[in-house]
Amino acid sequence: MGSKPILEVTNLTQQFNNGDHKLTVLDHVDFSVQEETICSVVGPSGSGKTTLLGLCAGLDRPTLGEVSLNGVPLGPLNEDERAEVRNKHVGFVFQTFQLVPTLTALENVMVPLELRGRRSSEVQHEAEELLKKVGLADRFQHYPTQLSGGEQQRVAIARAFINEPKILFADEPTGNLDEETGSKIEDLLFDLNRSLGTTLILVTHDLSLAQQCQRIIRLKNGKIFKDEWVTTPEAEQLK
Amino acid sequence: MSSFFSGWSWKMAWRDARSNKKRLFVYISAIIIGVAAQVAITSFRDSLNTTIDNQSKELLGADLEIETEQAPPDTLTSYFKKLGGEQAQITEFPSMVLFPKEGNSRLSNIRALKGNFPFYGSLETIPAAAASHFKSDTTALVDQALMTQFNIEVGDSVKVGRLTLAISGAITKVPGEAAAASMIGPRVFIPHSILDSTNLIQRGSRIEYKQYFKFSDGRDLDPIETKLDSLEESLAIDIDYETVEERREEIGEAVGNLGKFLNLVGFIALLLGGIGVASSIHVYINQKIETASVLRCFGASSNQTMSIFLIQAVVLGFLGALAGTILGIGLQYLLPGLVSDFLPVTVELTVSWLAIGLGLFTGTGVALAFALLPLLALRKSSPLYALRTIEKSITSLLSRKTKVIIYFIITLTVMGYASLLTESLLIGTVFTVGMLVSFGLLLLVAKGLMILVRRFFPSHWTYVWRQGLANLYRPHNQTTTLMLSLGLGMLLVSTLYFSQDMLMKELDFATREDAPNLIFFDIQPDQNQGINEILNEQNAPVIQNVPMVTMRLDSLRGRGTQEIAEDTTTEVRGWALRREYRSTYRDSLISSETLLKGEWIGQAPDTGRVPVSAAKEIAEDLNLSVGDFLTFDVQGVPIEAYVGSIREVDFQRVQPNFFMLFPTGVLEPAPQIYVTVTRAPNQEVSAKLQQSVVRKYPNVSAINVSRILETINQFIDKISFAIQFMALFSIVTGLIVLASSVATSRFQRIKESVLLRTIGASKKQILQILSVEYLFLGILSALTGLILSLGATGLLGYFYFDITFTPNLWVIFVGTAVLTGLTILIGMFNSRSIYKKTPLEVLRKEAT
Ligand SMILES: Nc1ncnc2c1ncn2[C@@H]1O[C@H](COP(=O)(O)OP(=O)(O)OP(=O)(O)O)[C@@H](O)[C@H]1O
Ligand SMILES: [Mg+2]
Repeated sequence: MGSKPILEVTNLTQQFNNGDHKLTVLDHVDFSVQEETICSVVGPSGSGKTTLLGLCAGLDRPTLGEVSLNGVPLGPLNEDERAEVRNKHVGFVFQTFQLVPTLTALENVMVPLELRGRRSSEVQHEAEELLKKVGLADRFQHYPTQLSGGEQQRVAIARAFINEPKILFADEPTGNLDEETGSKIEDLLFDLNRSLGTTLILVTHDLSLAQQCQRIIRLKNGKIFKDEWVTTPEAEQLK
Repeated sequence: MSSFFSGWSWKMAWRDARSNKKRLFVYISAIIIGVAAQVAITSFRDSLNTTIDNQSKELLGADLEIETEQAPPDTLTSYFKKLGGEQAQITEFPSMVLFPKEGNSRLSNIRALKGNFPFYGSLETIPAAAASHFKSDTTALVDQALMTQFNIEVGDSVKVGRLTLAISGAITKVPGEAAAASMIGPRVFIPHSILDSTNLIQRGSRIEYKQYFKFSDGRDLDPIETKLDSLEESLAIDIDYETVEERREEIGEAVGNLGKFLNLVGFIALLLGGIGVASSIHVYINQKIETASVLRCFGASSNQTMSIFLIQAVVLGFLGALAGTILGIGLQYLLPGLVSDFLPVTVELTVSWLAIGLGLFTGTGVALAFALLPLLALRKSSPLYALRTIEKSITSLLSRKTKVIIYFIITLTVMGYASLLTESLLIGTVFTVGMLVSFGLLLLVAKGLMILVRRFFPSHWTYVWRQGLANLYRPHNQTTTLMLSLGLGMLLVSTLYFSQDMLMKELDFATREDAPNLIFFDIQPDQNQGINEILNEQNAPVIQNVPMVTMRLDSLRGRGTQEIAEDTTTEVRGWALRREYRSTYRDSLISSETLLKGEWIGQAPDTGRVPVSAAKEIAEDLNLSVGDFLTFDVQGVPIEAYVGSIREVDFQRVQPNFFMLFPTGVLEPAPQIYVTVTRAPNQEVSAKLQQSVVRKYPNVSAINVSRILETINQFIDKISFAIQFMALFSIVTGLIVLASSVATSRFQRIKESVLLRTIGASKKQILQILSVEYLFLGILSALTGLILSLGATGLLGYFYFDITFTPNLWVIFVGTAVLTGLTILIGMFNSRSIYKKTPLEVLRKEAT
């Protein structure tokens, strides 16, 4: 396990104005994650997991507090500078997949690398390899609406992997999948962590998945209710 | 900007567009028609200008034309001789002609020709040889339109004054004159050698003496013009001259005005299309927020994401402009058919690069300008929307300031372009303000409608009606767009229609039971009695029988008219100073006259100045007030007068009206002619009357008012056909905008309709919901457009035509019904996939 914190969250607070009353979704959250860690975030529905993930990836600005990615505080950066940070270091898997509906599966996966200015002919092979890895070898030219929910999720994961991010945020990556495919995806994620040292932040309802992580952050009512290191044999093994 | 040119942006633009091709085409189709209209008109104008330039000599038929209103005095004729070159002469005047074949007669424009006019271009006749022979074989050429009207053929005869001539040819084209000229005054050419024997040249007739010159030495005409100016001064007669250049400018200007007007009508179509594009792009971009956000999540910059859709807008705009341009070039070939009767030249159509460039540029520009708002808003979209969908419209992301700036830029562009098209900043501004007001009012009605429906929602109605009605104000509604495009289209078309209706109605006065319908003029004093007798014999009442004395204004308030005309500081209108006044004398005012100022004096005093009464219009043009001194030149005799009174005259009555009215006791000895007004109970009697008068008194002319009205009707018909043709562009664009916004809303309503289907709504119910929505939209936009057009026509009537406008309720009813029907029909047709396919099929296919 690395020693440098890749993600530092200090005093993070997010409030929404709902008419005249304020809704505090995240309430002074503090934690940091070291490089190469596999960390899960769990909590009941509506506890603020997605909100937290979004803030960590710089998709939104917090009401209060600071997020640093790879030692860079996101606060002072403008939208485009954050986009660049994401492109270089961050992968993201959405709870609702969020594939671009007008792009084929293959093209969806290629986007992050193309955004780095690489030619599509160069990256196509890598994208194909990734899609094969997630079991979609015969779905390259399908549009998202022509894929099942689980297949869409797998494309989304391939897309998140392709730029070999330092840190990957996954919002319910296996939520829509059957056990078999789900565990395939889990293997893939852990593989990535092992081979490239990618830090994983996984939001999940699946306790068995959480148990496989090294660290579990439990959210409740916008606060960290429990932050524990796991000592299961699998986790032990990973260390 | 760099991201606009990056390969990735273009690739993404293409990828995103490829599955939306059909839909995107619908978006841009709205501008195709507008661009086509612009290109067709600009190209046609261009061709016309080139033609006029190329044929400028043919327009005048000579290098120089010199015109006088009396036989040129010896000094002038000897100057003509000195000028040399080749010369021709035309004596032109109005007179009745009679066709003995069926006894028809018609006031015509007689031209007695000597010499080889036209020197350039040709007088076209059937048979062609007649144009050159008629002078030597002493025959006449008659306007083809007139011959057709009276069923006359070559070989028949025509009576001009005292002479009866054989007709050797039908005139089809006179150089420099439009075909429509024959509607106003049919042309009859006779040899100059027989002019005297017609006995038509008498005192008091309006005759133009024209001398034509052809100089083969290409000499400078400036010294000739200077010499003519000084001759005009020393001889104290009016000498008008015209060179090829002047004629070309004159015609170019007249033709230009027509073109400008048509261009403006075409521009409205383009604007309508712009609105269509704006609303479609708006909806389209709104649906792309998520895609944009996802791309942002993976590191695309705001410019990169915007570029993808900017590229689409530019490329599509360009393709739309290209399609419109091609269509416009094709349409150009239809235009000459519409307006050729009003053109003095036969247009040689060429493909105008100017028009093509303009079409491509404006089409792309309009698409881009109207896409600007959502595109800029897209830059503001946050990656957060990938996590949580945004419920607002995308443009709400823009600050008020940005929006105001964009609207301002668009308005300024519209104003600039309209000014460019009409070459007048004033018209451009008025046009833009008018459009803004119409827009504003339509928007207001749309917003008001949504608020009202919401506030007073009829919750006891059946589900289908409630749902249809609710569609008017629910998020992503199409109320504003459709109200704007349909309402504006309706406004334009019905304003055109109403104006025409208003003018036509105004002309109907002559068909009234007791209105005069036949006027005889140029009656010599010794013929007056005889004519009155003829009228009596035929039981036609002598409604008016007045003497007329021609005179000119010599001085005004002690200053000579020449001097005033040259003084640029006075507000006096030049034409009012130079014109020939035809005045009458009476001891009382008649029913069509009302005293405004001063006092009417019916009998001139024995000595001292004569009190005359001036009509309000001429008093304004001459800047006259009661008591001002005037000196008239009554055919050589000066008469000292003063303004005794100013009176209002109803000039719309069919009767001779006079700018200057004299009291009795002054003009009686002056040379005079009479005018007689009568009413013939029917066309047959009218023809008989004219025939008997013309047979006995060939110099007397008759105006058959009903004939004139017919002519005016034809004229207006032809013009309004051209205008309606252009308005058609707006209507077609309106329908396309309708179709495209319906298509647009289909993409928005698709999930909802499918959802309804899934939870058990029948096809019929969905159909009904949709038709209720379109029913309301159709009715309301039609009514709003119509109400606005009533206002517009009313204003037009009040300020421009000076007519009070009473709308035809029937038109309003039919207009509303037609537009509503069309709206529902197109709406249904475009939404057919919603109810024709299975829900799953629709979701899979159309959700992208
Ligand atoms: N823009 C917003 N405006 C108002 N409330 C919001 C907004 N975004 C999130 N919320 C609220 O914040 C709370 C947390 O939302 P969040 O999506 O983070 O929950 P979650 O933990 O991811 O739940 P789930 O497990 O169901 O996905 C919810 O109650 C939600 O209603
Ligand atoms: Mg969530």
